[in-house]
Amino acid sequence: MNTKVSLCGIPLDNPVIPASGTFGYGYEFAELYDINRLGTFSFKGTTREPRFGNPTPRIAECTGGMINAVGLQNPGVEAVISRELPRLAQCFHKPVMANVSGFSVEDYAYTCQKLDAQPQVGWLEVNVSCPNVHGGGMSFGTQPEAAAEVTRAVKAVTKKPVIIKLSPNVTDIVSIAKACEDAGADGISLINTMLGMRIDLKRKKPVIANTMGGFSGPAIFPVAVRMVYQVSQAVSIPVVGIGGVQSAEDVLEMMLAGATAVEVGAANLVNPFASLDIVNGLPAAMEKYGINDLNEIIGGAHNG
Amino acid sequence: MKQVIFEIVSNEALTKDVYRMVLSGDTSAITAPGQFVEIALPGKFLRRPISVSDWGGNSLTLIYKVVGHGTQQMALLPAGTRLDLLTGLGNGYDTTPSGDTPVLVGGGVGVPPLYGLCKALLAQGKHPAVVLGFNKAEEIFLAEEFRALGVQVHIATADGSVGTRGFVTDVLKALPYSYFYACGPLPMFKAMETVVSTAGQYSMEERMGCGFGACMGCSIQTRSGAKRVCKDGPVFPREEVFF
Repeated sequence: MNTKVSLCGIPLDNPVIPASGTFGYGYEFAELYDINRLGTFSFKGTTREPRFGNPTPRIAECTGGMINAVGLQNPGVEAVISRELPRLAQCFHKPVMANVSGFSVEDYAYTCQKLDAQPQVGWLEVNVSCPNVHGGGMSFGTQPEAAAEVTRAVKAVTKKPVIIKLSPNVTDIVSIAKACEDAGADGISLINTMLGMRIDLKRKKPVIANTMGGFSGPAIFPVAVRMVYQVSQAVSIPVVGIGGVQSAEDVLEMMLAGATAVEVGAANLVNPFASLDIVNGLPAAMEKYGINDLNEIIGGAHNG
Repeated sequence: MKQVIFEIVSNEALTKDVYRMVLSGDTSAITAPGQFVEIALPGKFLRRPISVSDWGGNSLTLIYKVVGHGTQQMALLPAGTRLDLLTGLGNGYDTTPSGDTPVLVGGGVGVPPLYGLCKALLAQGKHPAVVLGFNKAEEIFLAEEFRALGVQVHIATADGSVGTRGFVTDVLKALPYSYFYACGPLPMFKAMETVVSTAGQYSMEERMGCGFGACMGCSIQTRSGAKRVCKDGPVFPREEVFF
């Protein structure tokens, strides 16, 4: 039975990747289990300068998921390189996916160039889809030309595979994915969170201090599957499926929709062992559905 | 941190909306008073963070207030129900700097973790006193349990129905103590800052996502930078926090 896949030319023991923002820089989870069992993981969204993020409350619960408005809290790229990556090197021995956010095209290029030079980094995942910061993030991912501009700028200063992480909060995600591909992207990951909101009946005010936030969790899984299905048929670069994945069966479904690898997000926050459980559950799920090699099912549901 | 299945031994109301749940299971991951657990509830996506009031051997006591759908659901759970808990979360109180006569200050639903702290301080041969603040007589809980430990219990009620009329700060002003430990609402901490005369520790509260340091949902600004209430806290030294 083969769970190995290749993402933009880099082999993964399995397609399971904890998603950015749900796994920190890895070592909280390394205290709980051997994180080398994962395909890789995408580390906390990193920006040029340190960020505290949004005021609290940053979290709201929903049926089938949660809303977060953390706002890209991170120590900044210099501290990630000098402090977080050396710490990670002690417990993780595979290429890691570096998730990057920015507030200008120059920001993205600067941060990506710095992380591209780190031997531990395998892929750059460029987040043009954060719904929680003003004047940046998602605004780059909602227009094909803006997403392409970020892609071009990052590609011009990096050597490693560049995966653009897209927002579902758009009218036509396919056109944005194609624009990124045309601009040189090596892969597409989707979906980031869906813009959502809750209102506290007692206070009669939004629960989240930032008013709105990103909705994630199992409730968005069908939306993610649909978008992966659409985008993977329109582009010829690999697609990483993200959104509400909770089980090995969900991983198979995402791959049938067209995903080469699959990120696991909110599930990690409820069950710290969720990603490991999914890795462990893959062989049994594959056997149950008569799958010998995961590579054979990528996009298997297309034209059907 | 450990993920453990516990079984409810009892779950009873202490006041109109405060409940005591005693559970049975592996408490070995709990290492300090003031730590908390995260409870998974059927049909709820996020776990509920609840402070540990007392623990020992296979027994875990949680005292919680019904404030929303999750805690309402908890209040209805019968004995024998099995619950999935993450235990041993957060740093808990540091008992080393307490001196001989620390004061434990609790406001409303902030009172429960002070019970385990009080027991720990007594076990170290120290002489803690307790100051508890409530709105009115009907809301008082745990006072008898503290008295049963043999410590001085001072009560303040906002309406004056029991003890000192006013707030915990009205009691604190007249009390000698070597150090303080506090758990309660932010306005109580703010008021305490105007009257406390020693070093101490505050247990902070924030709406949490994961409870174990991964999501950055509960971050606060401190004098030594951004901290996660769930992982770096919930207990912070007085000199580190501001309100």
